[in-house]
Amino acid sequence: MKPAPFQYFAPVTVDDALALLAEHGYDAKLLAGGQSLVPTMNFRLSQPGVLVDLNKIADLAYIRADSDGTLRIGAMTRQSTVERDPLTARHAPLLAEAMPHIAHRQIRNRGTIGGSLAHADPAAELPAIMVTLNARFVIQGAGRRREVAARDFFQALFMTDLAPDEILTEIIIPPMPPGSGWAMDEIARRHGDYALVGAAALVTMPEGDLCADATLTFLSVGETPVVATLACAYLCGARIDDACIAEAARMAGQEDMDPPGDIHASVAYRRKLAQVLARRVLTRAFQRAKDGVV
Amino acid sequence: MTTQLFGQPIKRNEDPRLLTGQALFTDDVKLPDMLYAAFVRSDFAHARILSIDVSGALEMPGVVAVYTAEDLGAYWQPGPLLVPPPPVPDLVFNPRMQVPLAKDKVRHVGEPIAVVVAESRYQAEDAAEQVFVEFDPLPAIVELEDALLEDAPLIHEDLDANLNAHVVQHKGDYAQAAAQARLIVKRRFLYDRGIAAAMENRGVVAAWDARAERLTMWDTTQAPVVIRNGIAAMLGLSEMQVRVIAPFIGGGFGPKIMMFYPEEVLMPWISMRLNRPVKWIEDRQENFFATTQERGQIHESEIAVAEDGRVLGVKDVFLHDAGAYAPYGLTVALNSQCTLLGQYDVPHYHTEFRSVFTNKPIVTPYRGAGRQHGVFVMERLLDLAAKELGMDRVEIRRRNLISPEKFPYNNEIIYQDFAPLVYDSGNYGPALDKALELIGYRRFIDEEQPRLRAEGRYVGLGLVTYVEGTGIGPYEGAKVTVETSGRVSVASGIGTQGQGHFTSFAQIVADQLGVGVGDVRLVTGDTAEFYWGAGTFASRGAVVAGNAINAAALAVRKKILQKASEELEIDQEDLELADGAVRVKGVPASAIKLGDLAARANPTRGAVKPGTEPGLEATDYFGPERGATASGVHAMIVEVDPETMLIDIRRYVVVHDCGRVINPMILEGQIHGGVAQGIGNAFYEQLVWDKNGQLLNASFMDYLLPTADVMPVIETDHMETPSPLNPLGIKGAGEAGAIPVGPLFAQALEDALSPLGVEILEIPLSPNRLFELVNDA
Ligand SMILES: Cc1cc2nc3c(=O)[nH]c(=O)nc-3n(C[C@H](O)[C@H](O)[C@H](O)COP(=O)(O)OP(=O)(O)OC[C@H]3O[C@@H](n4cnc5c(N)ncnc54)[C@H](O)[C@@H]3O)c2cc1C
Repeated sequence: MKPAPFQYFAPVTVDDALALLAEHGYDAKLLAGGQSLVPTMNFRLSQPGVLVDLNKIADLAYIRADSDGTLRIGAMTRQSTVERDPLTARHAPLLAEAMPHIAHRQIRNRGTIGGSLAHADPAAELPAIMVTLNARFVIQGAGRRREVAARDFFQALFMTDLAPDEILTEIIIPPMPPGSGWAMDEIARRHGDYALVGAAALVTMPEGDLCADATLTFLSVGETPVVATLACAYLCGARIDDACIAEAARMAGQEDMDPPGDIHASVAYRRKLAQVLARRVLTRAFQRAKDGVV
Repeated sequence: MTTQLFGQPIKRNEDPRLLTGQALFTDDVKLPDMLYAAFVRSDFAHARILSIDVSGALEMPGVVAVYTAEDLGAYWQPGPLLVPPPPVPDLVFNPRMQVPLAKDKVRHVGEPIAVVVAESRYQAEDAAEQVFVEFDPLPAIVELEDALLEDAPLIHEDLDANLNAHVVQHKGDYAQAAAQARLIVKRRFLYDRGIAAAMENRGVVAAWDARAERLTMWDTTQAPVVIRNGIAAMLGLSEMQVRVIAPFIGGGFGPKIMMFYPEEVLMPWISMRLNRPVKWIEDRQENFFATTQERGQIHESEIAVAEDGRVLGVKDVFLHDAGAYAPYGLTVALNSQCTLLGQYDVPHYHTEFRSVFTNKPIVTPYRGAGRQHGVFVMERLLDLAAKELGMDRVEIRRRNLISPEKFPYNNEIIYQDFAPLVYDSGNYGPALDKALELIGYRRFIDEEQPRLRAEGRYVGLGLVTYVEGTGIGPYEGAKVTVETSGRVSVASGIGTQGQGHFTSFAQIVADQLGVGVGDVRLVTGDTAEFYWGAGTFASRGAVVAGNAINAAALAVRKKILQKASEELEIDQEDLELADGAVRVKGVPASAIKLGDLAARANPTRGAVKPGTEPGLEATDYFGPERGATASGVHAMIVEVDPETMLIDIRRYVVVHDCGRVINPMILEGQIHGGVAQGIGNAFYEQLVWDKNGQLLNASFMDYLLPTADVMPVIETDHMETPSPLNPLGIKGAGEAGAIPVGPLFAQALEDALSPLGVEILEIPLSPNRLFELVNDA
């Protein structure tokens, strides 16, 4: 379990990193926290000829809030920093709630927010959270900068909108509208495992028990984060009670997804877990909206 | 003796060294000029090798040599049969052993084909990728039941079937029991196990010293003496030219008692051939294929019971997965067969197994070593019979326990030590009572469970019993020496992998010689320190080596008393050993320090009486007549989330009887570790193979070991029924924690889910599997 030989560069600016990517093309890989990349290299499942280490680029690690409550997180910010920073709890409580579910603390101490998003593991928490929060990603290439919505970023299994000569530099999370409620939960065999199924909900219920907007997203049930479109449509405008939530959860588990079966969970079991989790997170999210926390 | 150290929860002598990182493990050995080996392993479970091209690898940077089977010449030999078959009439036995490097054919994924030796492990692995093997894939035998099909592909083509062994044993006459039975319950049971997953993988460093003509080998083996003898013979060296050191080892659990693994045989040969030290450290991925495992058995079983719940007889016919080769004989299947009847007095027993070859890695004992499989069958049969009779599950067990006056109790069938299985001693009823009391059985059944059910909660209780054959022969030995410093050194050949030997053995010696535990220094697992021994396995260390050390210490004690009596001119009866000295009883001032006495016993000038042995030293051996039978009861209360099938273990109780306890803290550690591995086996760990014999979860990402967060608090209690078979009255404890956890889970989960009507006939389970069982119910 030793990696194949590779060349190593540790640029200190984004521009230098981009120049290296431009020079080495497909042969190069960016190294962030290494928590996904290094194991695949040790298994020799990936054998990049060139590693461009982002860890020396100080400019990529930060958490800032704009005056309107928009949260900006540098791609190289460690997951444990995101987890602990009070700005996360204040402006993106759903993200804060999700962080402890990612792996183990030791891994979060190294792993970065950008690395997890760029890696795009369908069982990872962060992609589903970013989709739920309607986040936007800043992507830089040599001499260009663009933004892409989280929903458009995740394309297929471990496939994103990133070109090989681009770097994900910033994650932008818009503020939640008033009357919002949120919740995230997942089922894993052991603490720290990738989830068998996970679910995140963000709802708005500005007054009474009438749902104005709802996003329900799953992880580990498809190649990318899966938004429960039918369930969300069903909830929007609906009067929220237990029966309504139960029906939305049923739709989510039965109609909104086509989950894979694997050695840990069959298709039927995944659907069941999705339904159970949908009910749990929706119930909590609507309760929070009702309690007027935001 | 002033204060008895035997029985005290003394902190471990070895821990400072371990905790500060000072202890030597095989991978810590770094020698000048050392080379590193990496293996080219089969990607196929079953295939013919058409050609091997190493030319590209030889060109790679840092590569010193690449060897295939052809290069080994006469050294290429199948490994020895480690355990011969038992003397059972009409036994069919077709041993086939692993080879150092596959020659014409590979029989499981991961089987070694070539070895690359380079200046670094990185370079060796880079070059290994450049060895090209042309395969002609053959259909693989993966499912046990496919092995004996008429048209099954032959794994060993010189045999006419994939049959490793067929063994039939009887006690009484089962047909008679069946004829008298009020009820016969028949079921098919599956019991699968996984890997031992020791924290330290295997590793070997071999260093040939051409000038001294000596080979030194550091090896993560549980049996250094046997390895020395075997390697010396294979290489044509004298045993004295080979030194095997099994240093600190991060867990043995059985797979490291498997001997003459390919890597273990090849490193010394390579070192002699290249005249340089060479190291191979198994990585975690290799461990899933290159180290032996335990795996599945399929049992077709029935129990014949009388109206009152008395078990009249049991019939059990099973298939056992031997893997691609079977160097370890029939130990695992034999243990299943012999442990099945457990604590119960069963007059009639028909037991029969077929061990079959499959295209999967080799099966050898792993903590429990087949006992799990047998205990699972019996405990489940009892649960099912109780249910059909409308009888309490504890009651059916109690009615069938072997009563104390029946010991020694002869189960008649032949055990792994080739003699009829005789339980030396036991006292099962009181242990059962203690467990019932600790878990609060009656209150749970009568009050708590009905209340919880009414609240819609699914909480169940499990309670199972088991025996563990421990402490088998042949023998171990020890040399105990009082040094002139007053410190005592103890050397034994047994080897140690974390069992606390440095402390529990020291306690035995300290009691005999009246010294502190910290004054006793144990060396074990180094063949230069002690020549003889068998190894640490089968829960035998404390029983066999412990008693050998006791015997040697006792002999030294006698020497001390005799010498002191001469020096002080006083009767031996008036002397006592305490505080590192021998002294006159009641006159502590007239004492000689043991170190001084040792110096006097080793004069540098002058004459001694003819026949005098120098120093205060003795060597002695112990070999028990047969194994000592430990026993116990495990009980647990578990809650199941009926939606997700996740579980929460609320209570876990172990009542255990391993005879006299040397160190209760170390014993508790053994039980905790065993229970953890048992829980892994019952609910987390499973090797998943596809139909081509590829392992689908060969990493800790997908092979789920139990982690701290899934472990319950374990409440333990002990009974002490001394074994009459050894002077210290001890029985082994190494495997007890792991043995009964499968049937415990099955019973408790079935109980929890009983409103949903599931029957559990298999292990391992998982939330996914429970979901399927509930849906099918
Ligand atoms: C035992 C274990 C358990 C885990 N459990 C979980 C879990 O439960 N949930 C979970 O979500 N994750 C889990 N992970 C993964 C962990 O969260 C990783 O930290 C994360 O997936 C990758 O982040 P990283 O910073 O380590 O990225 P790296 O491993 O360094 O990189 C991952 C990939 O992203 C690319 N990349 C990295 N940064 C950028 C960038 N800024 N722009 C463009 N491309 C980039 C790299 O080139 C590489 O291809 C686990 C990991 C381990 C080892």
